[in-house]
Amino acid sequence: MSNYRIQGATGDWEVVLGLEVHAQVVSNAKLFSGAATEFGAEPNAQVSLVDAAMPGMLPTINAECIRQAVRTGLALGAQINKFSVFDRKNYFYADLPQGYQISQFKHPIVGEGTVTLDLGEGRTKDVGVERIHLEQDAGKSMHDQHPQLTYVDLNRSGVALMEIVSKPDMRSPEEAGAYLTKLRTILRYIGTCDGNMEQGSMRADVNVSVRKPGDPLGTRCEIKNVNSIRFVRQAIEYEAQRQVDIIEAGGTIDQETRLFDPSKGETRSMRSKEEAHDYRYFPDPDLLPVEFDDAFVDAARESLPELPDDKKARFVEELGVSDYNAGVLVGEKESCDYFENLLSALAAKTGKDAKALAAKASNWVMGDLFGALNKASKSVSESPVSAKQGADLLALVEDGTISGRIAKDVFEIMFETGKDAEAIVEEKGLRQVSDTGEIEKIIDEVIAANPGQLEQYRAGKDKLIGFFVGQVMKATGGKANPGMVNQLLKPKLDG
Amino acid sequence: MSNIDKATVAKIARLARIKIEDDKLEPLAGELNNILGWVEQLDEVNTDDIQPMSSVVNAKLRWRQDEVSDGDKQESVLKNAPNAEYGFFAVPKVIE
Repeated sequence: MSNYRIQGATGDWEVVLGLEVHAQVVSNAKLFSGAATEFGAEPNAQVSLVDAAMPGMLPTINAECIRQAVRTGLALGAQINKFSVFDRKNYFYADLPQGYQISQFKHPIVGEGTVTLDLGEGRTKDVGVERIHLEQDAGKSMHDQHPQLTYVDLNRSGVALMEIVSKPDMRSPEEAGAYLTKLRTILRYIGTCDGNMEQGSMRADVNVSVRKPGDPLGTRCEIKNVNSIRFVRQAIEYEAQRQVDIIEAGGTIDQETRLFDPSKGETRSMRSKEEAHDYRYFPDPDLLPVEFDDAFVDAARESLPELPDDKKARFVEELGVSDYNAGVLVGEKESCDYFENLLSALAAKTGKDAKALAAKASNWVMGDLFGALNKASKSVSESPVSAKQGADLLALVEDGTISGRIAKDVFEIMFETGKDAEAIVEEKGLRQVSDTGEIEKIIDEVIAANPGQLEQYRAGKDKLIGFFVGQVMKATGGKANPGMVNQLLKPKLDG
Repeated sequence: MSNIDKATVAKIARLARIKIEDDKLEPLAGELNNILGWVEQLDEVNTDDIQPMSSVVNAKLRWRQDEVSDGDKQESVLKNAPNAEYGFFAVPKVIE
């Protein structure tokens, strides 16, 4: 349970949140036409006469969009409706050439499901999904290109969207952020939406209301088209406070659509009440109901990869990866792919069991790799060191060719140059010294050079063994096998 | 029996972006009531437990493959536009 409360003059207020997420479906062609969906084309170059709503044009459903919606529903453990209906949602806007959006109203393709939020420190919370329906996206209006005109690009017009509607189950900005994060992770895993919020592939309408804990639901306001997880949190914080201030000043909340302005960090009213939308939904006479059989659903289920929650559980339980590491790795598909590729390459190379290597490998990915990537402002997919190369490096540590300490230096060079670990180790002569005779010789030298410390050690200052280890490592340029140094040093010190 | 009044006609007209003079609202309300009244005769038929008919022929929704087979016709798309600039439709400024 969330303890998030707005402290008002009359006491604490609880925030009630529901999200409607618009997720662009990954498909080559649009929902009802053969035009491409790719981002960034010349204006109006990916528009068919269907998308431009020329008279007489008829929509034909894209099978892949249906399959993707079903896959999404299955990934959220949701009810799949083998019968669903497309309706017309009527309104006028310059970027909606049809004068209506083809959507699903009464009979959506997916019913109730669940998203499990990860709230950190092992805390989770289930948020209900009310429904998912398929609908067309509108075109894009640009208001800032000309003083008197709005420019309209219909490339996005007709692209398939999934509208994923949550139940009003969230109680804090943190939970709303976690919901969006988790939903995005799942969609990216199963490849039904690329989750790219900057390009608008995923955007959220946030329903916010406040109440005294235990009271019935308050009147909600809908904040439209918020396009980042951070903005969702900010918009909620501002909007909840605004509502509390109004109610405590004796006012009432008008149910309305609002807009979040990131530059000012505030929400403001979008449409006057007179313009309140009356969409007059009715079944689209151009489209018959969508129907499919169990075999279609089963095939969609078969096509799903391992889902993030299952994967995380497997990492922790079967591979012995820490809960924290598993959570972070699974959070981004690219990170997870990198880790899994690295681990399987490492297991193959060393002949060891993945379970024996996984914890170490995850630490390396989370520490060395992510640290270097962060510093260089690169994403995992841009890593100059591939998963295979990373595995080669870790394999050298595993078989004792280099020490963990040296591995860090080698990695730095790999990261800068993209060279393979083995080549660097050979080139720079970094091979770990595991020759007993050689190490013993160095130990003798070190002991001889530090009679004072030896005396203190023998007088009972045990901790000085660390000093001697350090000296030996220093003398070998860090290349001595630390395990062997420890093993050989003690008897010599003890005399 | 349906009852469309003047205000409802004005509202529907506004939603449909059809301009109707005030003196036409009353007669239109009458006409619409007549039409709806005529259609409402169907209410006499008992349709309990009957699925809505979505087609007059026994047809299934046709599905298309996910292939790019259209587009790349900016010129045709913009051909009927009263105004187009730089490949965009150019419309009077709309700001919410």
